[in-house]
Amino acid sequence: MRLVDRHGRRVGHSSFTAPDPARLVELHRAMLIGRRFNQQAGTLARQGRLAVYPSSTGQEAAQVGGVLALSDQDWLFPTYRDSVALVAHGVDPVRTLTLFRGDWHCGYDPHRYRCAPQCTPLATNASHAVGLTYAARRKGRDVAALAMMGDGATSEGDAHEAYNFAAVWNTPVVFLVQNNHWAISVPLHRQTAAPTLAHKAVGYGMKGYHVDGNDAAAVYAVVSHALAEARAGGGPAIVEAVTYRVDPHTNADAPQRYRDPAEVEHWKERDPLIRSERLIRDEGLLGDAEETERALAAFGAEADAIADTVRERLAGAEELDPRSLFTDVYATVPPLLEQERAVLADELREV
Amino acid sequence: MAAAPGVSMGEALNRALHDAIEQDPDVLVYGEDVGPLGGVFRITDGLIGEFGPERVFDSPLAEAGIVGTAIGMAMYGLRPVVEMQFDAFAYPAFEQVVSHLAKMRNRTRGAVALPVVLRVPYGGGIGGVEHHSDSSEAYYTHTPGLRVVTPGTPADAYSMLREAVECDDPVVFLEPKRRYWSRQEVDLPVRTEPMATPVVRRPGTDATLVTYGPMVETALEAAETAAAEGRSLEVVDVRQLAPLDDGVVTASVRRTGRAVVVHEASVFGGYGAELAARIGERCFHYLEAPVLRVGGLDVPYPPPKLEHHHLPDANRVLAAVDRLQWESEWTDDGEGRVRP
Repeated sequence: MRLVDRHGRRVGHSSFTAPDPARLVELHRAMLIGRRFNQQAGTLARQGRLAVYPSSTGQEAAQVGGVLALSDQDWLFPTYRDSVALVAHGVDPVRTLTLFRGDWHCGYDPHRYRCAPQCTPLATNASHAVGLTYAARRKGRDVAALAMMGDGATSEGDAHEAYNFAAVWNTPVVFLVQNNHWAISVPLHRQTAAPTLAHKAVGYGMKGYHVDGNDAAAVYAVVSHALAEARAGGGPAIVEAVTYRVDPHTNADAPQRYRDPAEVEHWKERDPLIRSERLIRDEGLLGDAEETERALAAFGAEADAIADTVRERLAGAEELDPRSLFTDVYATVPPLLEQERAVLADELREV
Repeated sequence: MAAAPGVSMGEALNRALHDAIEQDPDVLVYGEDVGPLGGVFRITDGLIGEFGPERVFDSPLAEAGIVGTAIGMAMYGLRPVVEMQFDAFAYPAFEQVVSHLAKMRNRTRGAVALPVVLRVPYGGGIGGVEHHSDSSEAYYTHTPGLRVVTPGTPADAYSMLREAVECDDPVVFLEPKRRYWSRQEVDLPVRTEPMATPVVRRPGTDATLVTYGPMVETALEAAETAAAEGRSLEVVDVRQLAPLDDGVVTASVRRTGRAVVVHEASVFGGYGAELAARIGERCFHYLEAPVLRVGGLDVPYPPPKLEHHHLPDANRVLAAVDRLQWESEWTDDGEGRVRP
């Protein structure tokens, strides 16, 4: 499913229509911020100021398109590669990097942002989304969830169990599978024999959507539709967003060992930002040529400013108190941990 | 036929679930076969009938999914009590338990609590075929963030399960399945000591048996036999295995000067190693003999016809007690020195 092709031209579709111009512009703006954020975080990782950064460059349309389809009360269940989704969801960009900076495992209050911690064990976040939406329904609240995972994660047993629970319980969850073609070094054809990952939905009695994941308009339209159906009791769905991981898995990866650079170039021509910018220019969504230049420049400046702020706020070292290691292991600190905290406090005094 | 006197552990657990569901609208019970069947051990018997399928229901047969969904529910304010049908059937859920259930509070700096109770019937002694009799406590106790508790009496089964449901920490509630039918005279509801505190089940002066779960009954039987032979054994029931508050254990062993740690699990790398090490660290100058461990054999759980060789019984406990260097106590070596 595609609504805008790689040249920025609209493609007609029988079931889906592209979002309105204001939304198309908003998608582009959020992707631009996401791209700059990816670049900035990658730089910080190369400089050693982040311990690691799993880039999602090239996947901004899938992440932004999915997240902007959420309503205010909905929850996001991201993975470690979804920092751009978190930023688009409204999480403080610096706090999305707490995990990668090594300051703590999660940098934000999940309840404040309606966003679960970035999940590292593949697909294990998906059943949490099922449980949370089940609980919300029991409490009479209209809450849907977007559970994110990659192509590799769909091979995990937890993905299977979450799909099945969601379908049996009819909970309003949309599983957004970003098929970026590579699970670190393992290509998709070694991951599955299914015709597409969206096909997997059939076995669970769910709907599956196969979407051009570099077309933000399409991702947004399909996820919006799937969320609305799920909310109305039509059941959960799998949305496979076909995209590409342009960067290495993380800054510690060596993609030249396993993939052809020509493949990367092929996908760079399908960059989600190129097509959204062309669409905006060709259709004059931001006004005449002069107005368009001004507005696009303003978006770029905004994205730069956010990236600059991230860099500046990460320049100083955060004050980390090792004694806080014991604070939130249990609801109250048990005697055993009180003893260890006292020992650690002695060690700190000796330093 | 008149009903047997007292309350069985299974009945106490059933009543605890009943009362917890009744008193807190956020409590719900689900798992495999816990609905109309009432669970394979009937611990959830009658609950779906009384509270309906909104509060008590069967889930798909998938333990990782059961625990994963319980985590999501707890994130949104429910208090799910989920059943793993047997010890070994809980292993598919291990990643959810270790990587999420145990860590969520910590990784969110206290912002997200997970008040989930994971009920696990554990241990052997019921003639179960393979994968139905594991003593899996050490897998859980080695994971910070989990509370791991196990009752040894019907009264504790009721009280500790109620406390587990009310607890804001995730609780792995290990039910000694061979003791489901053990009975005790007790009026329910009952509240015993807080689960975090070990209790002295039987006072004694000569040695301490430190135990929990299914072996509490065995240790008491051993103490009874020893008493008839003139030896006074104290029995300490640990109850909450993790996080451990070892004060009661330490005080007991310092008093008696000898200790045997008793559990059903294989000895090597078992929870008893932790107990023995702690007793050694805290009671060294009070000990008259090395701390001994009694447990199952270090073999995969045997088939039903051989399991009695694996399971520690009172005789195995008493044999260990006999090895606590009684004969050498303060003997004069003939050269004016008194030593063990």
